[in-house]
Parts: sequence; C-alpha cells; structure tokens
Amino acid sequence: MSTSKYETVIGLEVHVELHTNSKIFCGCKTSFGASPNSNTCPICLGHPGVLPVLNRQAVEYAMKAAMALNCTIATESKFDRKNYFYPDSPKAYQISQYDKPIGENGWIDIEVNGETKRIGVTRLHLEEDAGKLTHVDGGYASLVDFNRVGTPLLEIVSEPDLRSAEEAKAYLEKLKAIMQYCDVSDVKMEEGSLRCDANISLRPYEQKEFGIRAELKNMNSFRGVHRGIEYEEIRQADILDDGGVVVQETRRWDDAQGKTFSMRGKEEAHDYRYFPDPDLVSVLIDDEWKSRVQASIPELPDARKARYAAEHGLPSYDADVITASMALADFFEESLKYTKDAKSVANWIMGDLLAHLNANNLEMSDVKITGQGLGEMIGLIEKGTISSKIAKTVFKEMIDSGKAPQAIVEEKGLVQISDEGAIKAIVDKVVEANPQSVEDYRAGKDKAIGFLVGQVMKESRGKANPALVNQLLAERLKG
Amino acid sequence: MSLFDLRLQEIHNKLSAKELSVTDLVNEAYGRIAKTEDQVKAYLTLNEEHARAHARLLDEQLATDAPRGLLFGLPVGIKDNIVTEGLRTTCASQFLSNYDPIYDATVVQKLKKAQSITLGKLNMDEFAMGGSNENSSFYPTRNPWNLEYVPGGSSGGSAAAVAAGEAYFTLGSDTGGSIRQPASYCGVVGLKPTYGLVSRFGLVAFASSLDQIGPITKNVEDSAYVLQAIAGYDNMDSTSANVEIPDYISALNGDIKGLRIGVPKEYLGQGIDPKVKESVLSALKVLESLGATWDEVSLPHTDYAVATYYLLASSEASSNLARFDGVRYGVRAENPDNLIDLYVKSRSQGFGDEVKRRIMLGTYALSSGYYDAYYLKAQKVRTLIKQDFDQVFANYDVIIGPTAPTTAFPIGSQVDDPLTMYLNDIVTIPVSLAGVPAISVPCGLADGLPVGLQIIGKAFDESTVLRVAHAFEQNTDHHKLRPQL
Repeated sequence: MSTSKYETVIGLEVHVELHTNSKIFCGCKTSFGASPNSNTCPICLGHPGVLPVLNRQAVEYAMKAAMALNCTIATESKFDRKNYFYPDSPKAYQISQYDKPIGENGWIDIEVNGETKRIGVTRLHLEEDAGKLTHVDGGYASLVDFNRVGTPLLEIVSEPDLRSAEEAKAYLEKLKAIMQYCDVSDVKMEEGSLRCDANISLRPYEQKEFGIRAELKNMNSFRGVHRGIEYEEIRQADILDDGGVVVQETRRWDDAQGKTFSMRGKEEAHDYRYFPDPDLVSVLIDDEWKSRVQASIPELPDARKARYAAEHGLPSYDADVITASMALADFFEESLKYTKDAKSVANWIMGDLLAHLNANNLEMSDVKITGQGLGEMIGLIEKGTISSKIAKTVFKEMIDSGKAPQAIVEEKGLVQISDEGAIKAIVDKVVEANPQSVEDYRAGKDKAIGFLVGQVMKESRGKANPALVNQLLAERLKG
Repeated sequence: MSLFDLRLQEIHNKLSAKELSVTDLVNEAYGRIAKTEDQVKAYLTLNEEHARAHARLLDEQLATDAPRGLLFGLPVGIKDNIVTEGLRTTCASQFLSNYDPIYDATVVQKLKKAQSITLGKLNMDEFAMGGSNENSSFYPTRNPWNLEYVPGGSSGGSAAAVAAGEAYFTLGSDTGGSIRQPASYCGVVGLKPTYGLVSRFGLVAFASSLDQIGPITKNVEDSAYVLQAIAGYDNMDSTSANVEIPDYISALNGDIKGLRIGVPKEYLGQGIDPKVKESVLSALKVLESLGATWDEVSLPHTDYAVATYYLLASSEASSNLARFDGVRYGVRAENPDNLIDLYVKSRSQGFGDEVKRRIMLGTYALSSGYYDAYYLKAQKVRTLIKQDFDQVFANYDVIIGPTAPTTAFPIGSQVDDPLTMYLNDIVTIPVSLAGVPAISVPCGLADGLPVGLQIIGKAFDESTVLRVAHAFEQNTDHHKLRPQL
C-alpha cells in the first residue's frame, strides 16, 4: 500500500451560499436557523403559475466573487433548468447556469510547503439551493424544510490542477478567505454556507491521461476534506496496485468511520436535460456595471500578504496565517497604528489570540480585544512597564473585557518592579533560602541559576523585571 | 335578446342611468348558466355565492359617486389554468382536482381592480393541451352552435361560455392557437396579445415561451376594453415587456384607408376548407371596400411550424409539469412502495393521455444526444419563422388569413388521430412562434358553423389589429349571429 507510485489529480467543486437579504428568485428572507418552512412563498414553493424574478444583488455578488477569482466576466449570461425529481426540489428542476456562466477562466494562487502554485478556476455560476430533508426515525416518513430553497448559491469549479490533500485544503482555505474578503458569504462549512465536493483520480507519474475518477461528497469540514481525499488516495492506490480498475462513481465520505462509501455509479448518472429557462431573460453585463462591481472589491489576501512582507518585513508564513482571515488581517493593521513592532503583533496573533479562538471555537467577532489594545500592550512591554509574562495576563483580560492594557495594569497592580533595592531584597531572601542551589551553581552547575531566577519571580508574583533579576542574582552569587 | 348582447359601453351607460344593476347582470349570467350549462358544460367551478355578494357591494358603490373600474360589474368567466386565490383551479386535470390556490394571478388582480365579477372557472383541455376540449379530464365542453361538435380548444370553455351567453366576457390562454381557434369555432372574438404584453404570473405554465392570456368577447370593442384592463408590465414576470400601453379604445376609429394587407398563400392553400377560404376572401373584399389593399405574400417556413411547435412546447411542458409530483399539493397516489413509486403512480394516475404524450415527447427532445437534433434545431427554425413575419411586416400593416383550416368538427371524430388534431392549429401556431398579436373575428357561417378571420399584427401593435377587426365588424353582421340553444 503506497501512493508514491501515483500522482493524485484533484478538482474541487465548491458551493458558496451568498448572504443576500432575499432569495435568488423571490422576496423571501434568507436566514439560517428559522423555524421550518417559515421563509417560503408560492414562488419558492413552486406552486402552479409562479414565475422567478432574478435578484440583482445575487448577480452582483457573483460578479464580485468571479472578479476576485480572476475570472473573465460574461457580457451575456443566462439561466438554464436542470431537471430532476427529488422532494427537496419543489419545481423538480433547479434553475442553474449551463453554458453561459457569470465567470470563466479564473485562478487562485495557493502556497504549500513554501511554494506558490496557481490553480485554475474553470467557471463560476449562480444557481438556487434546494430544501432540506429530514428522515424520521424508523423511516416511515421524511420531512422537508423549504426555507433554504432559493438561497443563491455560487458553484465554483476548479481545474484538475490540485495534486494532494494539502493543496486541496490550501485551495479551499484561500477560496474561503477570498469570499470572506468580498463579503458575499458567511463561508461556514459547519453551517453549510461553504460546501465542497472533490473529483479524485490517480495516475502513474509518467502517464499523461487522467485516471478514472471518483466524486467525493459529504465532506463537512476542512479536516474532512483533507481526510476524505487522503483516504481516497489510498483506496484507489490499493485497487491499482492489485491490478484493478477504479470505478467511476460518486462516493460519500463518512467522517465518523473515516471511510468513503459508494453512493451511485456512472450508469445511474442523471440526464438533467438542461435547457434555457424560458421564464428568465439573459443577464447583460456592460463595462460600466463591471467597473462598479470591480471598485467594490477590497484588497484581497494575496495583495495584503505581499504588502505585509514589503512594508513590515513579515515572514511569509506569518502573513499567510494572518491574511487567511480578513478579521485577523484588519486586527493586525489596527494594532500597527499603535506599535511599530509588526513581528511582535504577529506573534501575539498567531500565539495567544489564535490559541484562544481555536480552543473555544470562536470568531474574531466573538472576542472584545481591539487592535489598539494589542498595540498599546506591546508599547507597555517595550517601555518595561510590564514583563512579557505579565503581558499574557493582560492579553487574556483584554480578550474577555476589551479594556485598555494601561487600565488593566493599574487595576490589578501588575506594574513591573524595576526598583533595584526591592529586587535585591528578594534576591537575598531567595539565596538564603536555597543554599543547595547556590552551592550547585558555584560548583559549576549553570542550570541552577534558572531555578533561583524562577524563585525570585515567584516571590515577586511575576512582577520583577526579569532582566534586573538576572543581573542582580548573578552579582549576588559572584560576591 | 340577452343583456350580454349589449356592448360594454351600453351596459355602463345603463348602469349609470340606473336602468340596470350589477345584480341584474349577475342574475343574467347565472340564469343563463342554469338554462344552458347542462348542454354546454363550459364551467368546471362556479363562484355564485361570492359573485352575488360582490354584485351587491358594487350596487352599493353604484349609488355613490365613487370612481368605477374599467370593467365595472361585468360578469367574467376565467379559464381554469389562471389561478384564483381560494377558488379551485384544476387546469381540467385530475391532478389538481383538489387544488385551491393561495394567490391570485396578476390578471386576476387586474380584473379585481377593474371591478369585474368572477362567475367561475372555465373548462379546457387538460393543462391547455389540445384543440377540442375533449382532453378535459372532467367532461368535454360542447359547441353552442351544435352540441355534437367540439367548441375548439384549449380555451373551449371560455369561447363556448361567451357564445352561449353564460358570461359577459371570459379570459383564455393561447399557446399555439388556444384562444383564437375556439373563438373561431364558437363565433366569438378572441385576441391573443403579443408575447409579453399581458403578465403570465399566475397562469399555470404549459409552454412558457409561448403562453399568453387574452380576452374572449362578443365584439371587438369589448376586446379592446378588456385588453386595456389586463395589459401592462408586471415586475413579477421577467418576460413581461416594459412598454407603454396605448389607448386601445381610441384606436377603433374605423379608418383603414391605405391599409396594406398581406395574405400568405400558405394560409389559403392545401388543407384549407374551400368554404373557409371563401369566407376569408369575401372578408378581404369588405376590407378592400373600406380602402385597404391586399397582396398575396409568402411565409415560406409555415410547413415547419407545427413540428417546431410540438418540439418546443412539449420540451418546455415536460419541465413545467414536473412540479406535479404528488409531494406538496394536488392528488397523491395511495400506498406507494417508495419515493419513485410515489412519483410514478401519482403522475400516471393524475395526467391524461395527451399530457403524458407531450411530456414524453418533450423529455425525449431534451435528452442528452437528441437535444441538438430536436430542441436546438426547433429553436433555429423558430427564428426563421419569426423572420418570415418580419419580412412581410416590412411591407404590410397586417397579415390576414383564416383562424383555422376548417370549422368545428364532431366530438370524437379526431380523438384517435392526434396528428390531424395538431394540424387544426396550422395557421395559429406560426403566429405564436413569432410572438406577434392576432385576433379571430367571426366572418360567416359554413354549414351552420362559424368561420373565424385571423388578423395578425406587428409585435405590440394590437391597436392596428383591433382597428382592422373593428372596421370589419362595423361593416358586417357576422358577429350578431347567435347560436340557438
């Protein structure tokens, strides 16, 4: 069992739910978590006689996203019907785009193992979401919630340019960041506003043609995408190693079992009978509209990353982590209005801040700390008002309360002790209390001084200026 | 003489003069329905209680100076594929035999604003598929001129109700001739507006790129009034045209001097009953006597129109009717084994043969591997047919021919021969594919059955179509003939 003989070829099909105020073809609200079937009307319920009217906001969001992905924007785009029967689809067809999508021929740059790689974006199109089925325990009934029906979706299809699970994950993360910067979607995989299917095939390294692919569905997290693809690489490699042939089929990733299972084969593939939706007219996009939308796109992750390196000398890795989230990047820039030490800001973000967010599954919007707070706190460290150690306490307090660092320091009496006399007194006390350590040090065991420094810091409740402690302790031990 | 033989303007004058009440009009309608409906079978649902209450309200309003709607107090029947909130709307299909809509079609809202009174819902071919009303899944409507004959279709109930005096006017829908052909068979006036002039919102879709709602009336002037009330841009219908609506009534000035008429040789050639042809030629003489001139012209792609229409309309229908799956509304089959079985049984039981035939035809035409040869090819031919009309309209103001190749035929005579049935629409279908407006007006009788004259106009030039039809009507008595029931 090894994948080393084979090159993995992956293409991703990503669905992004647009956070427009209303649905794509009717006036119903689009909101997550409303009571079942409360956000519906005759139009999204597909009652006899109703007609769709295109939401202009959805088109603008799609244009914005397509431009941010470097796509060519159609001058004339149209909608088509994708016909299939399923209870979550009230019209028994989905309004989608077949041969004239909003955007085509774009790309995203990703960075994996320090190398930048350009991944092609084949197309970006608009379509309507389906409803949600819940199967009642025991299987005697299924319930359908049509709140989600008609939520505008982008489908973004990549070229088969990805070569590993890492690259797929990096692509997805970059795509998420770009959508977030463009403010067109909440892009939350766990809420379903970002969904990802993967086409995976393997081929011997020397082979030019692609191997037979499997389509992987139901990967509901970034980790799931990574694990699902890795599992599939091994599964297909095993088949090829045994001289077998991979079956072209759709497979479902089961996160709990960590395996993929066959859903349906090629012979069961639908004929969707696409044809132009006669209820809708073409969308004509002129240069004026394009430039207006273009102007609304903010500075994107790659541009920010380059700027952070150029202006602040930030290492590429740090810039990548910080720009992956627009909220983090904004926080970083806000901090730099109050301190010049970009590297220090980056360290605090990537260390204490991200650790806190990840551990508690929080977003930036959930915590109260401000960029100004972090900037000022770094200033306090530079001035020697607080030690780095105390800063950790201050930082935690800022996350919870959002208070200014100076105020926290004063309130809690956290000001660093830099008074030589006061520290000398503690040093004397510690040296007297630990004769064994003193003896060890003098016998050449340099490590022993670390213990003594720790004891002094402890005695000062962490407030003693560490540099002074080291200096005074060394003098005391020599004497 | 029936009250309904009065023109709209005459009725409104009498209402104003208190010589007539709205209740009188509604009594006239339901009185006539009580007398003749057993024979004609034009209605599927009656709305009598509501209609009478509505009439009382309007009579109260009549006593005041409050402004009155354009169609004030007029009893109207509505084809059963136009949704009416709370009033059963079945499309003459078993599938929707229990369906009470939760909203009003835009045209129904417009009728309410114009203050007409809804009498009930009218019989039709199931989902508007057919040309004889024999495809109603409830019962066929009969031609008031001869109860053994079909009234035409699919708006057969709408045409028969007007001819029988069971409604003052009605609304129908026309996809390939479904207003004009029954109007022709029943000796009434049927107008198919330009595609996009009247909102389709709330019209249960058969073929979305062709469907249009229009009025069926006893005379051309009333047709202009109803059109005035229902035409206009609707932001609920993306295919609705944002055009200025002219004053159709003032267009009826009787002046057709210098009017240039094109008469397509294809519309008077093979397959056209000689008696129908004769009626059309004598109608042209009347128009000539009023100062119009006519030339023979050609619409060379006419032969391909029926095939093109059945591919495109069926393709769209196969998708439009997919929502009737038994899941959310309509009739669901009992005891399905599983989901697929639920679909198969519900649709097998719910749809009639003609609807199934067209769903299958359309599904086939859109299938992978056949799409280019059928659907796409048909779209291209549709463009050629439209160009035929553009070319003639470069030199002519209107195109005139018969509305149908024959008069009405006996019930049951064509049910086993769908192709012959389809050819009844040979002169209405090209007009639908081109999207232009056309009216059918009575132009005589052949063997006791009415013949219809079709006047076709340029896109959005309903004014000219109505003016020509009105001038013809003013100088003939065909429209005054009534069936004996």
